[in-house]
Amino acid sequence: MEEHEIVIGLEVHAELLTESKMFCGCSTKFGSAPNTQICPVCAGLPGTLPVINGKAVELALKAAIALKCRPASFSRFARKHYFYPDLPKNFQISQFEEPLAEGGYLSIEGRTIRIKRIHMEEDAGKLLHSEDEGSFSSVDLNRSCVPLIEIVTEPDIRSSFEAEKFLASIKRILEYLEVSDCNMEEGSLRCDANISVRKKGDEAFGVKTEIKNMNSFKAVRKALDYEARRQISQLKKGEKLRQETRLWNDGLQITEGMRSKEEAHDYRYFPEPDLVPFTVDSSWTERITAMVGELPVQRKERFIKDYSLSDYDAEVLTAGKDTADYFEKCAAGYPNPKLLANWIMGDIAALLKSHKTDICDSPVGPESLVRIASMIEEGKITGSIVKKALQESFDTGIAPEKIIAEKNLAQIHNEDRINAVIKETVEENPKAVQDYKNGKEQAVSFLIGQIMRKTSGQANPAILKKNLLEYLKEIK
Amino acid sequence: MGIKKEDIEYLGNLARIGLTDEEKERFAKELEKIIYYVSQLSEVSTEKIPPVWHVLPVTNVFREDGVEKSSCSEEILSGAPDESDGFFKVPRII
Repeated sequence: MEEHEIVIGLEVHAELLTESKMFCGCSTKFGSAPNTQICPVCAGLPGTLPVINGKAVELALKAAIALKCRPASFSRFARKHYFYPDLPKNFQISQFEEPLAEGGYLSIEGRTIRIKRIHMEEDAGKLLHSEDEGSFSSVDLNRSCVPLIEIVTEPDIRSSFEAEKFLASIKRILEYLEVSDCNMEEGSLRCDANISVRKKGDEAFGVKTEIKNMNSFKAVRKALDYEARRQISQLKKGEKLRQETRLWNDGLQITEGMRSKEEAHDYRYFPEPDLVPFTVDSSWTERITAMVGELPVQRKERFIKDYSLSDYDAEVLTAGKDTADYFEKCAAGYPNPKLLANWIMGDIAALLKSHKTDICDSPVGPESLVRIASMIEEGKITGSIVKKALQESFDTGIAPEKIIAEKNLAQIHNEDRINAVIKETVEENPKAVQDYKNGKEQAVSFLIGQIMRKTSGQANPAILKKNLLEYLKEIK
Repeated sequence: MGIKKEDIEYLGNLARIGLTDEEKERFAKELEKIIYYVSQLSEVSTEKIPPVWHVLPVTNVFREDGVEKSSCSEEILSGAPDESDGFFKVPRII
């Protein structure tokens, strides 16, 4: 393996987060009954005319600017011809010679992966091949015409690990900018790879294969590892490689060649006559640049610097825009960011997950968390009380500081109140007192436990212990 | 120029249609005529003429991103040669 170098380029497809399709008003909602979101345009009926969804162009431009690409001042659509049952028009409206944007890059782990181009296109329908249908396939055109961007890298990736990192980074940016939900199970993020191997030090590229059908990050890594091994062992045997398209078979964990008839690459592109071109002027670019603002990786660096957070904490907090915004709102009102980070990443994250709630809709708003954090620091409440209050807040929707106030959960500092409970507990437990007098130190822990139970855990532990020991001495 | 039978075969493959020998020969002749006809355009000097991207001199025609409820999906489905459970049914190709 060491004498060979692996060369990978990726083609990443992401469905754009629009309400309606690329060229018609049908809904893009995932998971509806088959063919309920179709119209003459996306079903490819003759005589229909497509109209570009402006939001789709805007989202694509956001992705382009975030990935440092130059938006083309002039861009147009082209028809890509192929014949397949998931494509009702027998051509896909895509872009060819004048893509939306070109010449960007994305840095991962200190290496720069150049991005060749980003273009827009429409998605195809979905084919289902059920076993009992025998010689038939079923076609659902709900996905037909859903807007996509395709991000094409230069062959700059050198390992399956890097490919996976790159994908994860793209996913993070697109999610953060709300360009795509990047749900790989639902197919809104998909990836094909071109991979070849060459002797270390060689300038020329080896014969490449295109790998398709990788449906998860893990599949991408495994398929590329497998394919690199396959190519290297072929070369070592002195066999020639064939430029071909191969499919990843996740069940068998191998790549398989397609029959040559299925991989015709002659798409006979020509300009789409039904759509007028579009131009992106500098004021549009500036507006989008302002919308893109700070990217996750920049925000992470700032969190480390401004809030003295660890790399890990900053990474988790900036993974989603909403979480990062929430944290910053809290941090603006409270001087100990690490304490806030711990509660957000710990109990609050767990409760959001178990209650299937977004952080923006959390019953524990930033002001609530700031109030609670201050109460902890002032010694008014304990961590276990906060846990209870947060849980109840998520169950009822009532703000946690209100729960603490109403249920009187704040710690008891009042010495008279604590002393009263001490007296009562000592009188009820003569045996424990006797044990203590006989030198059994653990009898004190028992008594503290009893007092805590009587005060529902709210007695200030320091005051309680000090006063109990004093009281026991007195009655000696 | 010369369109050969193999060219027609290749196009037939791309379009996934089967052609008889007789059809291949006939289409080769016909296509050659069509291409000859269109190729006369290349005799015109276009050196100083800017390319035309579209017949209309307009750009940036966009629609708002709004959902219009599909009202004719059943009608579309009924026009298909075959359907089952709301799906279009087509010959299996994999």
